[in-house]
Amino acid sequence: MKPAPFEYIRPQSLAEACELLAGDEDARAIAGGQTLVPMLAMRLARPAKLIDIMRLPELAGIRQQENALVVGATTRQAVADQDPLIHAQVPALARVLPWVGHPPTRNRGTVGGSIANADPSAEIPLVAVTLGAEIMLATPDGPSSMTADDFFIGPMLTTIAPGECVSAVKFPVWQHKRIGVGFYEVSARKSDFAFASALAQVALDEDGRCVDIALGVGGVGDRALRLDVSPLLGTRLDAASVAEAVHAVASDMDASSDLHASASYRRRVATTLARRAIEQARAEAGARALKGAA
Amino acid sequence: MKVELRVNGISRTADVEPRKTLLDTLRENFLLNGAHAGCEHGVCGACTVLIDGEPVRSCLMFAAQADGYEITTIEGLAPAPGELSVIQDAFCETHGLQCGYCTPGMILSAHALLQHTHTPSREEIVEAISGNICRCTGYGQIVEAVQFAADRLQKSSILRPEQVRRGHDAPKEGSLDAAKTGAPAEIVR
Repeated sequence: MKPAPFEYIRPQSLAEACELLAGDEDARAIAGGQTLVPMLAMRLARPAKLIDIMRLPELAGIRQQENALVVGATTRQAVADQDPLIHAQVPALARVLPWVGHPPTRNRGTVGGSIANADPSAEIPLVAVTLGAEIMLATPDGPSSMTADDFFIGPMLTTIAPGECVSAVKFPVWQHKRIGVGFYEVSARKSDFAFASALAQVALDEDGRCVDIALGVGGVGDRALRLDVSPLLGTRLDAASVAEAVHAVASDMDASSDLHASASYRRRVATTLARRAIEQARAEAGARALKGAA
Repeated sequence: MKVELRVNGISRTADVEPRKTLLDTLRENFLLNGAHAGCEHGVCGACTVLIDGEPVRSCLMFAAQADGYEITTIEGLAPAPGELSVIQDAFCETHGLQCGYCTPGMILSAHALLQHTHTPSREEIVEAISGNICRCTGYGQIVEAVQFAADRLQKSSILRPEQVRRGHDAPKEGSLDAAKTGAPAEIVR
């Protein structure tokens, strides 16, 4: 359980980091290292160089942009979990963060690291895919970006190229007044890898009708999936409509089988969790208005 | 490579390979053997230390990454040589340890929790030690130990209101807490 030798470099700027990453195909970026260091310890990864991007000022901080919240790549999960802006503007992210690893790994693990790692059962990529976040990249040719949907390819696989590094994640901020979030996850123990998870965010109008809805499932296939439940727009999210809409998109989704759970189990559980997540989100959004009226 | 670390309030230097973990550096270079090597890939929590007051797995961090932080090991908790901290003492009293392998990590995780709150719920205690695996004592007595320590801290003179201040005076540049908004309560000795 000792990593193979490597060279450790701490660049002073993001441009320098990209240059170093582009200059050697055996170079890897490290931030919190909560997934990379175990990979090194088990020698599943043997990079020649580790480029430490944790303290680069360009990757730090959380800032508001028009209709979006830009979370710097090196924002630690524990910091994001306590951040009032994230709670107010991207409640879906705030909801899943307590499920990301354990307190000690959240104290070092970063938001950008979880995105770049692209674990199919990871919660932060699930939020990015469900909400349609934009992944901001630093490349040797300057900043670039792509949608989360294009970014994630498969298990631990992204479209990131040598010399590129995730610089931030731009989460859309819904402007509706009545927003609710629902999240459920099934795993062997809390904070272990999810066998299946579902995240829903809904917006209701004053009448209680659904005006916006996003639904995603994680852990089922080889990456987080956004499910199209747009037939629910305009409904009151009654149980029958929700069940029908979820069944239509979830019953034939790609699912993977492994030691822990079969594909059909994952699909069944994800379908049920998706229904419950929408119900929880609807209830939360509904309660918000009651509070406002009182 | 040469690294400069702040460990238990003392600045120390070590000459290490870049691949040397903080855990191995604490144990081999500084002889702080209270940080235990268990799984060495971030699962068991035996190697837990505090970085700027928050629990972190020292096997998942290289010594080269650890400069500029305040590192606290189990050796740094006791108020004086030969004494025990309130939490350490509580673990003894409630039989919160048997073989002792997980104990330093458990106590440091509990210590961080009790810096934030002196009235933790059972759920909060369980969450705080959720990253620490015990294979012999059993979690029941460990949870009891943390609860017992919390009760004592709450009642003891250590926690007179004027001795508890909210937040840090000024987070250090590059410190883990620099980006944090609501800093935890801190006990002033």
